[in-house]
Amino acid sequence: MNKGVAITGMGIISAIGNSVEENFISLVNNKVGITSIENISTVHAAVIKVGEIKKNNQQLAEELQLSSDNNFSRTAMLGAIAAKQAVQNAGITSINDCKTGLISATSVGGMDMTEKYYYDYFENAALTKYISSHDCGDVAHKIADELGLEGMVTTISTACSSAANAIMLGARLIKSGKLDRVIVGGTDALAKFTINGFKTLMILSDTDNMPFDNNRKGLNLGEAAAFLVLESDVIVKKENKKVLARISGYGNANDAFHQTASSENGDGAFLAMEKAFQVAGLKPEQIDYINVHGTATPNNDLSEGRAIIRIFGDENVPDFSSTKPFTGHTLAAAAAIEAVYSVLAIQNDVVFPNLNFKTPMEEFNLVPQTTLKHKNIEHVLSNSFGFGGNCSTLIFSKSE
Amino acid sequence: MRKTYINGVGCISAQKTFDTVFLEEAEINENDTILALKVPVYKDFISPVAIRRMAKGVKNGIVASTLAMKEAQIETVDAIITGTGMGCIEDSEKFLKAILDNKEEFLTPTSFIQSTHNTVGAQIALGLQCKAYNLTYVNGAVSFESALLDAKIKMEEQEASTVLIGGIDETADYTMSLLKLAGFIKKENEGPYKVLNSTTKGAVYGEGATFFVLGDKKKNNTYAEVLDVEILNKLKVEELEAKVTTFLKSNSLQISDIDAVVLGYNGDVEFDSYYKILSENSFANTPQVYYKHLSGEYNTASAFGLWVGAKIIKTQQIPEIIKVNSLQNPAYKKILLYNQYKGIDHSFTLISKC
Amino acid sequence: MEALKQELKEKIIAVLNLEDINLEDINDNDPLFGDGLGLDSIDALELIVMLDKDYGIKLVDPKEGKTIFKSIETMAAYISANRTK
Repeated sequence: MNKGVAITGMGIISAIGNSVEENFISLVNNKVGITSIENISTVHAAVIKVGEIKKNNQQLAEELQLSSDNNFSRTAMLGAIAAKQAVQNAGITSINDCKTGLISATSVGGMDMTEKYYYDYFENAALTKYISSHDCGDVAHKIADELGLEGMVTTISTACSSAANAIMLGARLIKSGKLDRVIVGGTDALAKFTINGFKTLMILSDTDNMPFDNNRKGLNLGEAAAFLVLESDVIVKKENKKVLARISGYGNANDAFHQTASSENGDGAFLAMEKAFQVAGLKPEQIDYINVHGTATPNNDLSEGRAIIRIFGDENVPDFSSTKPFTGHTLAAAAAIEAVYSVLAIQNDVVFPNLNFKTPMEEFNLVPQTTLKHKNIEHVLSNSFGFGGNCSTLIFSKSE
Repeated sequence: MRKTYINGVGCISAQKTFDTVFLEEAEINENDTILALKVPVYKDFISPVAIRRMAKGVKNGIVASTLAMKEAQIETVDAIITGTGMGCIEDSEKFLKAILDNKEEFLTPTSFIQSTHNTVGAQIALGLQCKAYNLTYVNGAVSFESALLDAKIKMEEQEASTVLIGGIDETADYTMSLLKLAGFIKKENEGPYKVLNSTTKGAVYGEGATFFVLGDKKKNNTYAEVLDVEILNKLKVEELEAKVTTFLKSNSLQISDIDAVVLGYNGDVEFDSYYKILSENSFANTPQVYYKHLSGEYNTASAFGLWVGAKIIKTQQIPEIIKVNSLQNPAYKKILLYNQYKGIDHSFTLISKC
Repeated sequence: MEALKQELKEKIIAVLNLEDINLEDINDNDPLFGDGLGLDSIDALELIVMLDKDYGIKLVDPKEGKTIFKSIETMAAYISANRTK
């Protein structure tokens, strides 16, 4: 098994908590964050449920102590909050004292602001400042500024696998020696643009999402941000850092089947998982828990299920669950919050429950873990699959 | 350590950069604030059935990538990595307008799907049936260099022997009007818009798609080797020269080893000082090249810059139209490219004749 | 019914951007998806919106589209029976 890259800090804000600890408490107490939407007025309000962070933009700005003339999008604020938590958790006091980078991920970017003010810009000069907040890169720039980070900063946007790819790149940058330390993760806020986009694809559910259930109707969108701090073993040793867990494996592959749907046999998913095992030097039977992508759309769960069976074999699929019934599908942030949950699973030797499950899917014999389960967890596999056939898998492992 | 060679290029831009050698038909336009694309015949590259719903950026990306792969004489690659600053904004605009104008009713999915940032890379993969690593970077002016860096690491890891990389961005009416309002684009009636020695803020914008096939094996028609690429979020003007020296030193080179420097001058008087300090000091005795007067400014215009650099090495010439100064070198072996946008997203790329 | 079928052919060409296809090219009973006209699942979603916008028919399950959109004939029959506009 390959040693993997050290994770020395984490930060998260989601519908089930404003910190790592709050999220963990919710996960072990079945405290769900799926509700009706409050912060955005949309004609679809009555027929969707979301994983919304119950803080308005004013409150987020106050938490970050932003000046009143700031031009942060909600996405950037969520990201900054989570990234700062992670950096603090890792005990970093001087962020530029070694080669440090930020790899962020987002799909919404500043669209949450753009859609609010789109037609008002020409009437109201006070809004002009938000024009430059629209693009994805601005979110990373803002987070970097909040952290005082001057080194390498970039952003990945591959829909729902974005944060997994950011984490993967971060690990590779540490391994290659190009960086000593990297903050990796993702952020996405709820926006009318995405709510309507997903509505046109007819994959939203009007009830709580039920991953891997035969009667699943679709996903609930969510918003969140999470970041991890990865550091080289040299830094870990030198500064005697506590290693929370390690990223031992990762893989990305493309389904090349359809722009929004996954192939029936989950080719992309299969190849991504296969690659992750290769990088980790691990065998499928060594996985103790799979945090599945499990969005509860008819298409994803079928495709992912098939791919999982292809990798693990009918009889040997380990305990698995989707945590999206807690948080909703947080798009570009999904893989990041689920990375935090994977690390929590390892640290606490626990498998989180797949809520709302009643009836196994008729196509195969996969039953998720529906209650909290305590067991020794050495290795966790986490899947995230996005539009454009973008499939990514991460493997997290306990550090000695 | 595995090397990275540029084995094929494809460029769709405001100039005739396809079916030509190296800017022989280039024309300077100092009258428009937004340069129009020289549109290829899409039907020559993409079936009508597929074209019908494709975003502009997707079509341009498919043409440019097809040209690059044809030149490199390969039919598939081990990775597809793209960079885009704002994605397919024409389709974003369409979808957002539909949401706002129709009060969220009667919306159709096509423009939403085409507006997802990784759609260009995804549709290229779909066309090639390529199931390999596929990533998209969206971080302002380093979007393309992020793709280049990722590709280089992939090759050094021996995870890929061939990688297709590209930079794509679009212009779209309403977004351009917003950028004008915000002062990113030159104001009307302030022309002629000269990129060198400009006295006005903002830049003339453009759009395009520039793709490269990178390979770990040198071929007969290889353009150049990519030696190094580095990205920095922040840098003060007064720190730039030291940074360039450090960057070159880490590649066992010094300023005098550089045969030409390609600079991302864009005519924005506020930030061209970064390039000026290199032009007037470090590289005062080096042939200097600029290109955004031909391509226009956009987040991935630096891909056009790399195209220029690669062409200089291949042809061993610098066309008059892109010269900043009149210095020449008997041979162009090592070229440094530097770009930034509004004082952030700095990138340094080093390429070499091989 | 004939007028509706013509109307549907015109709408399909417009909504789905089928620039190279003429009205005469679409036969009433030709399969629209898969082999015939070669439409795909994203086109199906576009047609579902068209059903709502132009004929006041709201489909909740996208899978229903499979039978309704089989051909111009089936579409016209379904719309005639269910239209509210």
